[in-house]
Amino acid sequence: MLNSKIGLKLTFWVVLTVLMAIGIFAYFNIQSENKSLLMEVERHASQFSEHLKQDMNYDMMHADRRRIQDGIHRIGSQDSVQSIRVFNKPGEIVYSSTPEEIGNVVDMTADVCERCHVEGLPLKVLEGQDRMRIFQPDDDSPRMLGIINPIYNEETCWTAACHEHPETKPVLGMLDVTLPLTEVDRNIRRSQIAVIVLAISVILILSLIVGFMVRWWIDRPVQELLTAMKHVSGGNLAYRVKVTRDDELGMLARSFNNMTDNLAQVRLQLFQSDKLASLGRLAAGVAHEINNPLTAVLTNSSYLLKRSQGHPETSDDLQVIVSETIRCREIVKSLLDFARQTVPKKREADINKIIGRAAMVIENQLTTRSVELVMELDPEIPNVRVDANQIQQVFINLLVNASDAIGEKSGTIRITSKAISLNPTGVLQIKRALCRKRHDLIDRKVQIDGKPAISMRYRKNKETGLIHLDPMYGSNKHNLGAMPPLDTGVDLQCPDCSASLIVDGELCPKCNSPIFAFEVPMKGLVKGCLREGCNWHRWQQVDSAWDDEYVEVRVIDNGCGIPETQLPKLFEPFATTKGQKGTGLGLAVTWGIVDNHNGMISVESEVGVGTTFIIRFPVGS
Amino acid sequence: MKKLRDILVIDDEPTVTGAVAKICSAEGMTVSAAGQASEALQNLEEHDFRLMLCDIMMPELNGFQFLEALANRGIHTPVVMMTGYSTVENAVKSMTSTGAVDYIPKPFTADELLTVIQRSLRCGTLQEEAESASLTRRGAMSYIPCPQDYYSLGYVSWALMEEKGTAKIGVSDLFLKAANGIRSLELSEPGEDLLQGIPCAEATSPDGMVHNIMCPLSGRILEVNDQVQSAPSLVERDPYFRGWLYRILPSNPASDLQWLNL
Repeated sequence: MLNSKIGLKLTFWVVLTVLMAIGIFAYFNIQSENKSLLMEVERHASQFSEHLKQDMNYDMMHADRRRIQDGIHRIGSQDSVQSIRVFNKPGEIVYSSTPEEIGNVVDMTADVCERCHVEGLPLKVLEGQDRMRIFQPDDDSPRMLGIINPIYNEETCWTAACHEHPETKPVLGMLDVTLPLTEVDRNIRRSQIAVIVLAISVILILSLIVGFMVRWWIDRPVQELLTAMKHVSGGNLAYRVKVTRDDELGMLARSFNNMTDNLAQVRLQLFQSDKLASLGRLAAGVAHEINNPLTAVLTNSSYLLKRSQGHPETSDDLQVIVSETIRCREIVKSLLDFARQTVPKKREADINKIIGRAAMVIENQLTTRSVELVMELDPEIPNVRVDANQIQQVFINLLVNASDAIGEKSGTIRITSKAISLNPTGVLQIKRALCRKRHDLIDRKVQIDGKPAISMRYRKNKETGLIHLDPMYGSNKHNLGAMPPLDTGVDLQCPDCSASLIVDGELCPKCNSPIFAFEVPMKGLVKGCLREGCNWHRWQQVDSAWDDEYVEVRVIDNGCGIPETQLPKLFEPFATTKGQKGTGLGLAVTWGIVDNHNGMISVESEVGVGTTFIIRFPVGS
Repeated sequence: MKKLRDILVIDDEPTVTGAVAKICSAEGMTVSAAGQASEALQNLEEHDFRLMLCDIMMPELNGFQFLEALANRGIHTPVVMMTGYSTVENAVKSMTSTGAVDYIPKPFTADELLTVIQRSLRCGTLQEEAESASLTRRGAMSYIPCPQDYYSLGYVSWALMEEKGTAKIGVSDLFLKAANGIRSLELSEPGEDLLQGIPCAEATSPDGMVHNIMCPLSGRILEVNDQVQSAPSLVERDPYFRGWLYRILPSNPASDLQWLNL
């Protein structure tokens, strides 16, 4: 248990440390309290003994033994006094609060006597502490404090009328007072209990607080991460850890989420490439099976064509058979190329001519279906370097799709070509945007033109709110809500961590307003101005590296349209919208071809209105 | 003495052998056809052939095993492999390990077939001449073989590995001689990717035949030899040095080179 839970381990060791610290503190506290209490008692005892001696002085002077004994007996029988005894020099008890022991001789070798009476040595004069002794007569009785007080031979003694004591004796006897320590011991015990109770409650409270904090700051987030890991390892890559904090565990959770995001993407790609791999196997199989019949067709027709030179009526037809069979061969090849993801064989070509050829191929199909094909081709478009066969395949695919979308009813397909200049404005979608602390600013719940927007929080004094920026770079269809102009001291912040998004020390080169900036991972900083009507923006890496000239071809039909839910999967292999009719490969192959030409393909569609496929090929790359 | 015929075509698909036989006969060549390798070997007992066309994927003995069987019997007739585009790797392998001289991807037109056949026949003749010339030590070699350190794909093309990790690619003299020289040359552009065994250039010979030059190494074209582009005859005059075609960055030299002859 202790080994398996980090929170418990941490709590255990913190509490153990606190326990030791408080234990040591309590021990020394009790020791010093004991000492001071005892010192107080000793001082009191020594005073008491001295007073007693002074008190007895008068009766001693008058050698009134009975009065002395009475006094000692009276004082000694008080509760706060255990016993009072007076010894003479040889150790015989002369007076005692317990009269029965008068006349007894004490053992002069006892420890207390030895302090002065060391054999053969002159008598020592005892000071303060040395006159005290603390002892316990037996286990049941309380501790006792004994104090001896020597009665010295003073001038008044040897000159007293009784002539009892000669002048030569330095010490006449000893006053031994014994006081019980019952009260002191009770006080000591009381304070010990108080300290122990205090220590235990401190330890309890501390462990509760530590335990709670550990649970709140470590245990819970770790548990959350563990749960997430279990989910993710179980294959649920959509699981997200709730990120509520900015500390290391918060960062861990955030990077965990990032990791699962990436993992999900990689899995999607893997899935895609898996499909592509099976497409490749399929294509290889198809290629092998189809090659032999194609060989027969191609060899025979080309042989016939060779022999029929001079017979234009047959040679023209044979020419069509030969060239279309060669096209079949190229299709099989390009399918394999696509599966192998190789780069096409590019030559300078006129897109309009390719469109013309593609149109010719499916002309029959269109007329039988009463579909009208309108071509609006700009003769001035520049040549592009493409693999003409592959691109013809692309247009045939799109035209067949358009004709299928129109279906049985009559309709129109428009195919247009033109040269366009594209700059990044309104073309490139910002899909990730990070603040300084690497929080994602993209808010998937708010969309601008159907694309998740970039969200920021503005703050001016107590006035605050969210704004949403257009994710299409340079399109600037921002939703600024009620935000006051930036040059009035408004701060723009990350909605998650409140890190400022305003660039320090840099102003808009067009209008001198403060500008914002955020990071697009791997692609540098995007800066921009939000002042109304200014729309200045800069994205170094994109502004500088951008193909300007494109040939754009649009294939527009007024057919059934594609539901929005199917648009994202449109270019995936085997994602057909035609049910049993399609193979699900057409658009995947199309996408692969266009992508291999560094081109772009996109689709706009509305159910019931029609679909437009837009293909752009870079000029001069 | 066995009778000499021109062509033996081996394919399990009768339409293919039939079409090949028809086209070659029309050109005045004598053709035998075999539906499988064992039948071809029987044919070889009765006749000698100037050239064989062989499919790779066949039931029983496949193309490779057939080539082995030929080697075991000491038959040195040149063999052209026929295969689909999907098994180009196999074709490349067949040209190094087992002595096929060339290959033609299926499906092919009559002209493509004839181009390869005639080129291969001439190649066989040239090699025979060269052999006898070297045996008798008389007369000059009819073609210049690849210099040392040059890797070659069959008798078609060569690759020279350079110190920087790049490689030069060119056409072998035997190929050029077998093609009867070249009139024009169509090359790919820098930046394009080439695949081993896939044509990387088209050479048109003076008789109007279009010869595909198969690429010896996969990689990306870094540089195209401008001099060759403006004057294709340079390739014929100096095929191994000034007449190189491309400088490429090989994408997978380790595995590609094992299929080339050094």
